[in-house]
Parts: sequence; C-alpha cells; structure tokens
Amino acid sequence: MNGSARMAPIVGPIVVGALVIALWQGIVWWFAIPPYVLPGPGVILHTLWSDGPSLLTSLLVTLRITVAALAVAVALGGSLAVLFSLSKTIELSFFPYAVILQVTPVVAIAPLIIIWVNNVFAALLVCATIVAFFPIVANTTLGLNSADRNLIDLFRLYGASRWQMLRLLRLPSALPLFLAGMRISGGLALIGAVVAEFVAGTGGAETGLASRIIEAGYRLEIPRMFAALFLLSLTGIAIFVVLSWVSRLLLRHWHESALEPTD
Amino acid sequence: MAETLVAAAALAKSFRNGVAALAGVDLAVADGEFVGVLGPSGCGKSTLLRIIAGLIEPSAGRLERSAALAGRIGFVFQEPTLMPWATVSDNVYLPLRLQGVSRDAAAPRIAAMLESLGLREFSAAYPRQLSGGMRMRVSIARALVTEPALLLLDEPFAALDEITRFKLNEDLRALWRRHRCTVIFVTHSVFESVFLTNRIVVMTKRPGRIVADLPIDLSETRDNALRLSERYADSCRTVSRRLAEAMA
Repeated sequence: MNGSARMAPIVGPIVVGALVIALWQGIVWWFAIPPYVLPGPGVILHTLWSDGPSLLTSLLVTLRITVAALAVAVALGGSLAVLFSLSKTIELSFFPYAVILQVTPVVAIAPLIIIWVNNVFAALLVCATIVAFFPIVANTTLGLNSADRNLIDLFRLYGASRWQMLRLLRLPSALPLFLAGMRISGGLALIGAVVAEFVAGTGGAETGLASRIIEAGYRLEIPRMFAALFLLSLTGIAIFVVLSWVSRLLLRHWHESALEPTD
Repeated sequence: MAETLVAAAALAKSFRNGVAALAGVDLAVADGEFVGVLGPSGCGKSTLLRIIAGLIEPSAGRLERSAALAGRIGFVFQEPTLMPWATVSDNVYLPLRLQGVSRDAAAPRIAAMLESLGLREFSAAYPRQLSGGMRMRVSIARALVTEPALLLLDEPFAALDEITRFKLNEDLRALWRRHRCTVIFVTHSVFESVFLTNRIVVMTKRPGRIVADLPIDLSETRDNALRLSERYADSCRTVSRRLAEAMA
C-alpha cells in the first residue's frame, strides 16, 4: 500500500469536515442568521471555550453513567448469553422477553423507572443498561452457538466437560461477535444515558449533559446547546474508537476483521 | 491373529430427514491394520467413520469396540478444523489438555510431534499463517499426540493439491509404520487408497454397503518410486474395476 492510499481514510473525512464547516460559517455570515437560530462554528467554538469547565463536569456525570451501564450490560448480557448457550430451554423461554425489552422505547419506560428507583444515578443507570444490553445478549448468544461443529465433535471425542467446551471452544468462538455487540452497545449506552436524563428532567446536584442541553434550550442559549451536543458526539466517537481498539487488540492474531491488509 | 479392535455387524443409519446413509455394513478391523474405505461421494463413508468414533449412534445393527480403545481414538476431519485463535502448539496441546495433562508434562510430547510432522519452526504460528497442507499437518499432529490406538481419517487430503497430497501420503504412511496404530482412512481416491493402505473396502453409493474387501499386497515402505511401478498400477486397476462395479 502506498503513502497516499494510507492517508486516504484520514485526509478524506478532514477535507469533507472542513468544507462543511466553511459552508456553514459562510451561510451564517451571508444570511446574517442570529446565533439563537443557528450559531456559526466560530461562536460554538467560543462557547465551548468559555463554558468548557461547567460542561465538562456534566459530561463526566453522563460518562460515568454510560461506562457503568456498558459494564453492567456486558456482565449481565454476557452471563445471560452463556446461560442461554447451556440450555436451549432457557434460551427459548427468556429470549422473547429480551426482545420485548429491546423493542420497548426507553423513553416510554424511563418515567416508571425514575418513579421506582429512588436514586437518580441508579435510575439513569438502569435505563441506559436496558438500552445497551440487547446487542450483547443477541450477538454473544449467536457467537456461542456458532462454534465449529467438527470442533465440538472433537471436544466430545476427547471427553471434554461442559465447562471445558465453554471455556476453550464456545467463548473464544463467540469473542468476535461479542466484541461487535459491545461496540454497538457502547454507543447505545450513551444514547440511553442521555435519553433517560431528558425524561428525568433537570434537578439534583449532579446532572449530566442532557440537563445542560435542556437548560440551554429554555434560556435560548443555542450556542451552548451546540457545544454540549458537540461534546456528546465527541464522547460517542471516543467510546467507539476505544472499543474498536480493544476489539482489534483481542482479535489481531486470528480474526479476519482485525488482520492488517497484506497487499 | 491380531485382536479385533472394531467390529460392525449389519450397521445401518438413517437420518431424521429420511436420508438412509448406511444399509447393513459388516466390517472387522484388526489391531495394526491400515484400512482404506473407498466409495463415491455421499455414500456414507463419513457416517461410518463417525459411528466408529462414537460421535453418532447407528439406527440399527451393532458396533463393538475393543476396551483398549476407550479414550484412545484420534480423528482427522476433511478440513483441518483448527482453533483459529490458538497457536499451532496450543492446537496440538488441545487433546492432552482436555485429558488433564499439564502444559509442562505435554511440552516434550508436543515438541516431538511437531518435529515429526515438519512443523517445528511453526509452533508459535497461528493457523491462518499456514498453507492448507501445513494446516492438515497440524491436524494430524493433534490426532497423533495422544498416541491413539485407532486413528480415523475422513478424506483429510481431499482439498489439497496433488503435489502436497503425495507428500502427505508418504509421510502418513511413514508415521503409521513408526506409531503402529490402527488406521481407518476414508477417501474417494483410488490412487490414494492403494498407495496408503494394506486393505481396501469398497462401498456402494447411498445407502452404503461394503461390496468388496481387497488386500493391497505392496511393499511395506511406500515412496514415490512405487507410484511408477507396475504392481501399483495393477492394484489401482483392480480397485478401480471393483469401484466401477460398486457404482453400477
């Protein structure tokens, strides 16, 4: 692979981004759009700088909920998938309810959860976890069930125990799909955390970025809304990048998705 | 007369989808034999091998396995069937690991097995880094590392190019002479079965039955020179004729 081809995945998006930002700034100038309707990138950057510290505190709250939700989703979803793989009866009995939980919009159940769970952090954590855990259950179950049939036979031939079969064969077979599920769940945990906070509304000492966005909306501080939104996207991207990196690290020796191009 | 290791009597197998794979197979394999099972694709050869291994149950008939075989059967599949996440050495360690042998105790046995299959410098490689032939060598090393009393091979070289295949045939024969285990080798290649084995049973198309049981009376050591000899050609002709009759 030559140099210019290697740079293409970096240079391309940067050029597109720069063009869009320039166009945006140009339109705001040309039509003299007031910042409370559409702030230009310059104003947003300035707000990001001036409001940075207060927004970052809120970001940390959102991030804490997101990371905790992802961790719970991984632990809960992973264990549930293992349980499913051990017994077809359990899988068939419980899987439909996992689907129901998945297709019910979190906005619709968040108010209930906020009533039932007294602690705000815990309530938001439950909401974000509900959103995040399905891709992990679904993917890991699929992965655990897709171990090579001949390898399963080989394990049986050598009298492998259920535990050996799980640890040495099914879990490694499921790893690529589990990691793919985790990458989706990382983004969903963030969305879940934000949506739940929107429903919960502002209040309490420790509030996340969603509360900042609502507040800013009420006060028509549109640049601040954009700044918070920008931080949220940045967080989502960072989560995706970190999880992709973890995935590549774990699969780099053997899985097609993580191999370096050889040409 | 050597002890009979495996004896099948009127063995039949029909699958749940209604496919009858085997219909009345009688076969006795004695200790130390190298038997080829030859037949057209889909004649139930693999099914027979899986029943012998104990991986599936026959629908009718009886299969008797010598007590000496308990936990001492090796199996090589048509594909290398390696764990892609494990190194060559860890793949070969697998059967020993499943049988509770510690890594330290297994290390010399793994090293010796890799050496004898020409895999020494690949012990830390991952399967994807190897060619098809090398992967199959790993698969054979994995089957032999437990020193099985019975080695079952299910068309292991079918997907390989002929040059690689010839080399592996020679090496497998040499390994058999060294380890002296009993081998049942399923194939649809006349040339391969004649080159490798001391006895060939020919099966009909599905549902499979055994219609011929032919001794292969060639020298004990087999090398490439044998492939050019008249006696080899004669044996191949005989076996080909019987195979053609079986398919008719």
